[in-house]
Parts: sequence; C-alpha cells; structure tokens
Amino acid sequence: MKLGRPNLEEFGATMLELGRANPDVLVCTSDSRGSGKLVPFGQALPEQIVELGIAEQNLIGVAAGLASAGKRVFAVVPACFLTTRALEQIKNDVCYSDHPVKLISISAGVSYGALGSTHHSLHDYAALRAIHNITIVAPADNHETRSAILAALDYPHPIYIRMGKRPMLELHQPNTPFEVGKAIMLRDGSDVTFVAIGEPVAEALLASQILAEEGIQCRVISMHTLKPLDQETLLAAATDTRVLITVEEHSIYGGLGGACAELLMERGVTVPFKIVGIPDEYTVTGSQMDIFRHYGITPEGLAETARQMLETVKV
Amino acid sequence: MDPTVHALQLKSIQYRKTILSIIKQARAGHTAGSLSCIDILNVLYNHVMNVSPENFADPDRDRYIQSKGHAVEALYTVLADRGFFPAEELQTLGQYRSHFVGHPTRKVPGIEHNTGALGHGLSVAVGLALAAKKDGRSYRVYTLLGDGELAEGSNWEASLVAAHYKLDNLVVIVDRNGLQITGPTEDVVALEPLCEKFRVFGYAVREVNGHDIPTLLDTFTQIPFQPGKPSLILARTIKGRGVSFMENQVSWHHHVPNDEEYTLAMQELELAETALVGVAQ
Repeated sequence: MKLGRPNLEEFGATMLELGRANPDVLVCTSDSRGSGKLVPFGQALPEQIVELGIAEQNLIGVAAGLASAGKRVFAVVPACFLTTRALEQIKNDVCYSDHPVKLISISAGVSYGALGSTHHSLHDYAALRAIHNITIVAPADNHETRSAILAALDYPHPIYIRMGKRPMLELHQPNTPFEVGKAIMLRDGSDVTFVAIGEPVAEALLASQILAEEGIQCRVISMHTLKPLDQETLLAAATDTRVLITVEEHSIYGGLGGACAELLMERGVTVPFKIVGIPDEYTVTGSQMDIFRHYGITPEGLAETARQMLETVKV
Repeated sequence: MDPTVHALQLKSIQYRKTILSIIKQARAGHTAGSLSCIDILNVLYNHVMNVSPENFADPDRDRYIQSKGHAVEALYTVLADRGFFPAEELQTLGQYRSHFVGHPTRKVPGIEHNTGALGHGLSVAVGLALAAKKDGRSYRVYTLLGDGELAEGSNWEASLVAAHYKLDNLVVIVDRNGLQITGPTEDVVALEPLCEKFRVFGYAVREVNGHDIPTLLDTFTQIPFQPGKPSLILARTIKGRGVSFMENQVSWHHHVPNDEEYTLAMQELELAETALVGVAQ
C-alpha cells in the first residue's frame, strides 16, 4: 500500500477546487485555517473564508445563518472543541433547524497526542449519535475523504466529517465506489471481521495481512459512516465470520463498537465480539502512534486480539 | 392622532388579549415576557419589515430571528394576524401533536429558525446578515434578544463578529424589561451599563421606550443608525405590560392566569381598548 497524504491536505485541496467552482461555498474557521490546511483556500478565495475567531458556539450559529440563506457552509473546527463547546448549537441551530451545515472536525481522536486530554476528541461519536438529524462520517484514507467532501457539498441535511492529521495509507482504488451510509469491504474472509472507522481502518487492514500469513482469513470493513450504520453489511459479517472486532479512535463507550453491539443484540445475532478503542480513562502521554500502541490499536495488537478471540471459539 | 399609530396601538391591545387567551387555553406559556415585547413585534411585522406570507420564499425578504424564544406566544399571535396561518390554529398551542410548540419552531409558517435555547439567535442573525452582504442583497436581519439571555457568552462572541464584519444590515433589539425567572437581572448577574457595553462592542445604539409606538416607528426609520455599524435598540420595557397586576411581577414569568385573573386582565384590556377607540373619535 502506498502512503498518501494527510486527510486534511486532501480536504484543503478538495475545498479549493469546490470553492473555485461554486462561489456559494464558504468555509467558516475558528482561527483554524492553518490546522485545516485551508491557507491556500483563504489566499485564493478570500471572500469565501469567514474567520470567526476562537469562538466555536458563535461559529456554528453563524454557519447555520449562512446556510439558511443558501450558502454551502463548511464549518471547520478542531474536533475536541467542536462537539464540546458548540454541542447545543449543533443540536438546535443546525440539526433541529435542519440547516445543511457541513461540520468538519479536524485533528480528531488522539491526533494531538502529546498535547494531552484537553485536545483529544474521544466523545464526539457518542455525543452526536444521540442527536437526531445528523450523519456521521469518518474517512479512512484520501479517497474516502475526497468522496465524503464531494458528497457533503450537496447533502441536504447536517453532516459531520471527522479527520486526523497524519499521512494515510491508500486503501482504495481511485474508482472505488463511495456512498454515504454504505460501508466498503476492503478484504473478505471467514474467520475474523474487523469493522473499523477512520484512521484505524489501516491498522485493521495491516492486521489482516499478518493474520493471513498464519492462515487466518479476515474480513475488513471500512464503516466510514457511523450514522446511519450500514446494517446489512454488519449483520452479514456477524453471520459469516467467527468473531467480530470493532476498531475506532474513540472511547469504547458510545461509538462504533456501541452502535454495532446495539444492532446485533436487537437483531438477536450473537457473535464473539470485542470493542477496541480508548478505554474509560484519560489517555497516556505520547504521540498518536504511542497512544495507539498503548491501547493495542496497531496491526500487531489487533492481530493478537483476533488470535485470542479465535482461541475462545475453538471447538 | 396619526392613524397609523392609532391602528398599531389598537392592535397591541388585541394582541395582548390573544396572548392571554392562548396561554390560558394551553395552560402554559411565558405570559409576562410576551407582553413586554409585543409592541416591538407589532411595529416590526406591521410596519417595518418586508416580510409576508406572500414573499416568504423570496430571498430578498427581511428576516426575523426571535432569540428570546420563550416569548413565542407573542410571535405566534403576530404571525397569525399577518396571515401566515389561520388564527384558530393558535388555540392548539401546546396540545398533543400541535406544531405550536412552547418555543419557536420552523414547523409554524413564518418562523425562520428554531429557537428557545437562550443566547443562540444573535449568531444566526449575524450569519444571515453576512450572507446578505456577500450576496449584495438588501434585506435586513432583525433579532430580538431578552435581557436575561445576555449572560450567555455566545451573544458577545457574535457581537465581536457583527462589528468586525461591519454588519449595518443587522438590527438587534434588546427587550430590556429588567426581570428574569429568578428576579431582577441586576440582582442575578448585573448587565448595566448595558448601552455602554454594546457601544464598546461596536454597535450604534439607541435607547427607547419599547412600548411607545411613535418612538419605535421613528427609531426604525433611522436604521442604520451609523453606516458600517450594526444597529442596537435597547428597548426599555415593562414585563407584563398592559395588565396592572402582572406588571413588573417576576412571578408572572411563566405563570398562567386562573379564571379570575383572566377575567380581570381581559376587562382591563377592554377598558384600554375602549379608551383608545374614544381617543380616535
């Protein structure tokens, strides 16, 4: 697999293209154009970037007002502040009022690893899943990012797109179909399913390669849309494979793992099941990759989790 | 007397009667806050804003955002009178499956934005005003804020931005009745000197009597008060205005009149109406 670029660079480049093609495209930033890779956008299209300063509540309210006047608004805010500072504005001004604001959450999860827990966003899936009328997407590579941004442009309702900072492996072909709400199967297998979202999809895919050398066949699903969840793909995986492991850069509570567990239980589908994410604690110090290693969100860690789970289902 | 002023004054009394009747029927509502802002809404919808059921889809219509969402009974009353929906629908306020919820919702024709959580309206109004500037459209954005909700920091975030982007198409009206649910605003978290605060935040400010219809009419004709600055009208009002035993009484914040109180209030309003009709004759 080739190493691509950081998803935010793909985002910034896509936005520049969209902004040039459509003067109604606006980017709202909270002193975050640098972090969001939007400096070229601001230079090329100064009338289409709206600086609101470090004031996330107001930013989301202003974005709702702009969207209600017909603007295609991308509200770009560090993930750790977007859904904490402005959750009520997201709930009321965007979702309840149904203004099609595109909420772009940058440097999500533990991307700001060493900056500590104030700058980690491990709650956003949980908070937003409980809010009605919002679609939640976390792309796993540059292709998914570009596709998600293009889909968001004409999306008629609120949508949340979550991205990290580091360069991403290229997981897909440029022509891989992408549809909001429809998961992508990266690899098929009958022993283990990894259902992953966002940056850890690459870790799951690499884990499947380690396991394949040992004769263990993995299905790997990029569940890029958390809400609405692709129920069909998930139920099929839970039926067709012997164990199911969810992987996410989020608290183990209320995110992808929680969403999958809810669905499987409600449908009466039982399968040995494990949620890999950040446990209920403030994280250890270190870089994003240090933190991933600490919690087993690595190819080796996920492969070991899979082996242990397969042990429990041996006849 | 100026016939426009007289007609608006009569409407205000009729609106007050409607507000009380729908709150009584619903057995819920924000009585005193609706009575404090109704004269402002009356002037806005009947004389100032270019908005009607016929032009509601027109991108050039003026926009109104009621940040003070608690006083929704005042807004529903004026919208019904302006023909956005049949007046009898007001009687469903608060009932099972009615669209007439206790805070503004876009399910009710004429409402631009859902409000109710306090301190949100100004940001949305700033977004709309900014969009008008970007699109070269001439519409204005009016937003009504309660004074109690000014404690929410988002108002001041939005005010920084309104001044920064020189939004002289933005008109902010503060219903300064001085009371919130716990008591006087100055005892809860003091706001004064409020005009000065808004001035230093970059608004052009006028302080007016928010019940004086000629003054309100005159003030709105002077907008923008200063080119390049958002306009702020600090409207001094009386919570519960128009019903003597409700005026300046914090207990009437969301108290619902009982049969006796309702009868007394309606009698007072009818007397006022008769006196006003007499003035014209």
